[in-house]
Amino acid sequence: MELKAQDLTCERGGRIVFRGVSLSLQPGQLMQLTGPNGSGKSSLLRLIAGLNEAQTGSVELIGGSDDLSLGQQAHYVAHQEPVKSALSVSENLAFWRDFLGGGDVDDALEAFDLSRLASYPAGLLSAGQKRRLALARIVLVPRVLWLLDEPTVGLDTSSLERFVKVMAKQLDNGGMIIAATHVPLGREPDLRLDLGAAP
Amino acid sequence: MKLILALIKRDLTLSMRQGGGVGTALGFFLTVVVLLPIGIGPDQALLARIAPGALWIALLLSVLLSADRIFQQDYEDGSLDIMTMGPVPFEMVALAKAVAHWLSTSLPLAIAAPILGFLVNLEPSAILPLAIAVVVGSIALSLLAAIGAAVTVGLRRGGLLVSILVLPLYVPVLIFGLSASQPGAAPGLTTASLLILGAIALVSLVVSPLASAAALRSYLK
Repeated sequence: MELKAQDLTCERGGRIVFRGVSLSLQPGQLMQLTGPNGSGKSSLLRLIAGLNEAQTGSVELIGGSDDLSLGQQAHYVAHQEPVKSALSVSENLAFWRDFLGGGDVDDALEAFDLSRLASYPAGLLSAGQKRRLALARIVLVPRVLWLLDEPTVGLDTSSLERFVKVMAKQLDNGGMIIAATHVPLGREPDLRLDLGAAP
Repeated sequence: MKLILALIKRDLTLSMRQGGGVGTALGFFLTVVVLLPIGIGPDQALLARIAPGALWIALLLSVLLSADRIFQQDYEDGSLDIMTMGPVPFEMVALAKAVAHWLSTSLPLAIAAPILGFLVNLEPSAILPLAIAVVVGSIALSLLAAIGAAVTVGLRRGGLLVSILVLPLYVPVLIFGLSASQPGAAPGLTTASLLILGAIALVSLVVSPLASAAALRSYLK
């Protein structure tokens, strides 16, 4: 299996954000996406997830499922958290489990130390706790590719350690991770892509 | 199918816990219907004649009151992004959200309509036809509202725009719904109108998911 993107060009509102970006990712590899604000880190992740369209180029998951689109085989964690304040923490996860298919809510809660808060309304969570809840979703439903946009924002030291463990498990299981971030992820990336340096 | 039910269940839970949805709509419906006799005066014959029309118009407006919220929150917190990456077609997601709106808002309003009919001197013979017509019509109302909600989802204060966009689409529902609620206008007219109303609901059932999903996709890009 291999994620391959070739010659991607992204245009937002008439402005070329980046041009001619290519990347290749093997199972078990972590790619760190860097670049100044506005260099198109989020756009590239959305583009790979199939949420945006590329002006030129293509992205494909070689050896992936034929029936599913790339987006359906990937997790995308954006900077905003898809967390419903009126539902409890476990209800939030239970919905994503039902909707995305499969997974164990308790394990996912445990992975980010949210078990104590399971029946707590998500509206009362702090920013960091919300982020952990958003990240718990990617543990809940196994998918081969993780697209993470600033995943560590708001995480405290112990949550960061848990996040590193979760990433390690995904990579050991043959998963792939692309993370856009300025700050160190807590794990040395196998590949780096600097969008600021792209022509 | 299970996935769709999970989404409908979540939306119903959310609308019940957050409040504001059906309660506000029912309150608005009641207020409009109560204001009408006050504005028109106590002429019972006149009231009985305009009762079905008044109820229908109040119903349309009440449904629109909560329409802009169908996709709003899921768009803003990024849930819609993730739903496009789910295993179900996005059209089904749009349909599920319209169905949840129908169950949580339009259906309770439709059930309340014949009861509120007593306030505007609705003729007893018109109660049953009106009850059937509003329930059938309310399906189309929610589905069409979903299109308007999807088209305006990324706009600030899109609520008013939804009304302006969707009210013209409600005209056929109003015409045939009204005609199906008035027995004794002409023989056979009530049944024929009810059938056309059903047809409008079915057409909306097909068009609404496609249109809503297309509109939402263009916002997500």
